[in-house]
Amino acid sequence: MLERKLFTLMAAPQSSSEIAYNGSMKILVIEDDREAADYMQKAFTEAGHTAHVAGDGETGFALADAGDYDVMVVDRMMPRRDGLSVIAGLRSRGNTTPVLILSALGEVDDRVTGLRAGGDDYLTKPYAFSELLARVEVLNRRASAREAETVYRVGDLELDRLSHSVKRAAREITLQPREFRLLEYLMRHAGQVVTRTMLLENVWDYHFDPQTNVIDVHVSRLRGKIEKGFDKPILHTVRGAGYMLKS
Amino acid sequence: MALSLPATMRTTAARLSALYFLLFALCAVLLVFYMTSLSARMLTGQTQQTINDEVLGLARAYQRGGLPVLVRVVEQRSRQPGANLYLIADANGQILTGNVQSLEPGVLETDGWTTEPFSYRRFGEGELERQRNQAADPNGAQPGETEIQSEGEKGHNAIALVLRLPNQMIMLVGRDLGEPERFRAVIRRALMLALGMMGLGGLLIWFLVGRTALKRIDSVSEASRRIMGGDLTGRLPVTGAGDEFDRLSENLNTMLARIATLNEGLKQVSDNIAHDLKTPLTRLRNRAEATLSGKHKTTDYRQALEGTIAESDQLIKTFNAILMISRLEAGYSSESTSKVDLAAAVRDVVELYEPVAEEAGVELETSVEGDFTVNGNRELIGQALSNIVDNAIKYSTDATEKPAVRVALQRVGHDIRLSVADNGHGIPDDADRARATERFVRLEKSRSQPGSGLGLSLAKAIMTFHNGKLELLPANPGLSVIMSFPAREDH
Repeated sequence: MLERKLFTLMAAPQSSSEIAYNGSMKILVIEDDREAADYMQKAFTEAGHTAHVAGDGETGFALADAGDYDVMVVDRMMPRRDGLSVIAGLRSRGNTTPVLILSALGEVDDRVTGLRAGGDDYLTKPYAFSELLARVEVLNRRASAREAETVYRVGDLELDRLSHSVKRAAREITLQPREFRLLEYLMRHAGQVVTRTMLLENVWDYHFDPQTNVIDVHVSRLRGKIEKGFDKPILHTVRGAGYMLKS
Repeated sequence: MALSLPATMRTTAARLSALYFLLFALCAVLLVFYMTSLSARMLTGQTQQTINDEVLGLARAYQRGGLPVLVRVVEQRSRQPGANLYLIADANGQILTGNVQSLEPGVLETDGWTTEPFSYRRFGEGELERQRNQAADPNGAQPGETEIQSEGEKGHNAIALVLRLPNQMIMLVGRDLGEPERFRAVIRRALMLALGMMGLGGLLIWFLVGRTALKRIDSVSEASRRIMGGDLTGRLPVTGAGDEFDRLSENLNTMLARIATLNEGLKQVSDNIAHDLKTPLTRLRNRAEATLSGKHKTTDYRQALEGTIAESDQLIKTFNAILMISRLEAGYSSESTSKVDLAAAVRDVVELYEPVAEEAGVELETSVEGDFTVNGNRELIGQALSNIVDNAIKYSTDATEKPAVRVALQRVGHDIRLSVADNGHGIPDDADRARATERFVRLEKSRSQPGSGLGLSLAKAIMTFHNGKLELLPANPGLSVIMSFPAREDH
């Protein structure tokens, strides 16, 4: 118990005047597995973010309630107070910080209950850190401001969400409906890594791992359409993680 | 029978019979007492009423003519056959007239109703009776005082009303209780007989229930003991009578079948873990060990680590698939089901695989006839279908003609059929085809293809979850995988 307290204290914010630099986020990790939490903290820091760790639900709730976090990563099963109750508690207090739920329970039902409790995304253990990082970055409040925009622009690529038209360097590009949704998602999160499972979830609304990497084929098709005939690549493959749209 | 008695006594039937018998007996005894006392009370009441009427008549006679008339009336009435008891005595208890010869001492001292029945001897009628008996039986007993004496001693019981007349005279009007006593005895005898018969009936029921019904319970418990002993294939006997015992046995048998299935699933999971997860884990460990020993360049380490990550990702996938199959087989919560548009599910999956098929040079055709909705889970159906389509694309590439995969959705009878047919080599062998949906079964020629060997098993588990079927049929050439869903009731 004492150890847990110390661990929480050590992880508490050093000063409240930390100013997030461009793309940097303040992340709260509520996870009782100390090794996993430490690893996350280290990896988030390496990725340029600030991460605070709480070792149990109660402490996590107190920290989240007091601090101003961009994203929270919450383990579902924890001592003292479970993750879903923490999220529900925060939501009832008007806290809208995006939450990613981490859970060993990965069935359809579990995902549904998790999202119903107020979670914004759900990741099943074991997971690749690159997947977690990509999802957390996409969840960032400031990034989701793009939801409201009707026209997305990345370099010379332009996507009009109302007229469903795509142009690159003023040249019209014809896309299939699904390709359009794929590009729309990639553009909304331009500059961020988007994983294959994120694409499958958000563009196709499926949460399983296909046997063959069908997503790769779709992306390479899309890439053919938006890059062929243009000198600069715009849709990049991020090795071991996914894709990124960047000029 | 004698040897098995202690065991028989322990049975429920014996206990129940004994209990019923005791309860019945208690009720019967209470009934006997109630009936006899009630009838006695009724008869006594009647007797008292008769006496009251009598006394009323005598009182009127006394009013009319005083003592002489009363005595005359009493004498007159005393002589009638079956007459009540009449007695008029003086203040000293000296009997003046009436038909009572002697009384239990003390009766005349009471005033009003005698509280207890008392014994008395009467004359006149006793004499008459004796004479009648003698007439009927000439060789009978000697006439004489002894005869009357003995009859008197045998005793008559009566109740009476004792009145004091104005001139210190005592008048007694009573009635013999012989009749009510006899009546009570008859009732008591009848009820005792009934009690005896009830006891006999109880024994008979015990014997029948114990011998027949309990024998079957015994056979059920015997069978379950055998099953508990480890023989999960054993089943409880069903006689075919269709009674409660049969229903119980049938339900228990269904439960046993379910347990056996779950047990089999559990065993398969542990076998799978032992075999198919241990192998890649060993490979993983060996790779790490080999990388650690000896000198390597940094790029080698990086490569080995990347390989490790890729391999563990595959392991996680396999593990998830195993878990999912067993969860589906153990029964999923139906909360996760809703109306699913199968046509849309087919469109989604086909669209997802279109580029893959195109890249592999496989023609992917769809034919959806109509609009179909089933109760189910869109994710699971999508996953099953994509596994099947994935397989079909892989195995159609060795087709002799232009490789093609045909996805068709149609209604056949009461089923909604979703079939995925390829034109590859298929699985010619029937036994192989039957085995193909088992976990980790990878038929020889598919060993070269990537995959965990769980795709079809997962699809089968998903179909079972949807109360449907997954069948593999030869498509000549190729293989046809058919997913049959039961049509929704309201459709």
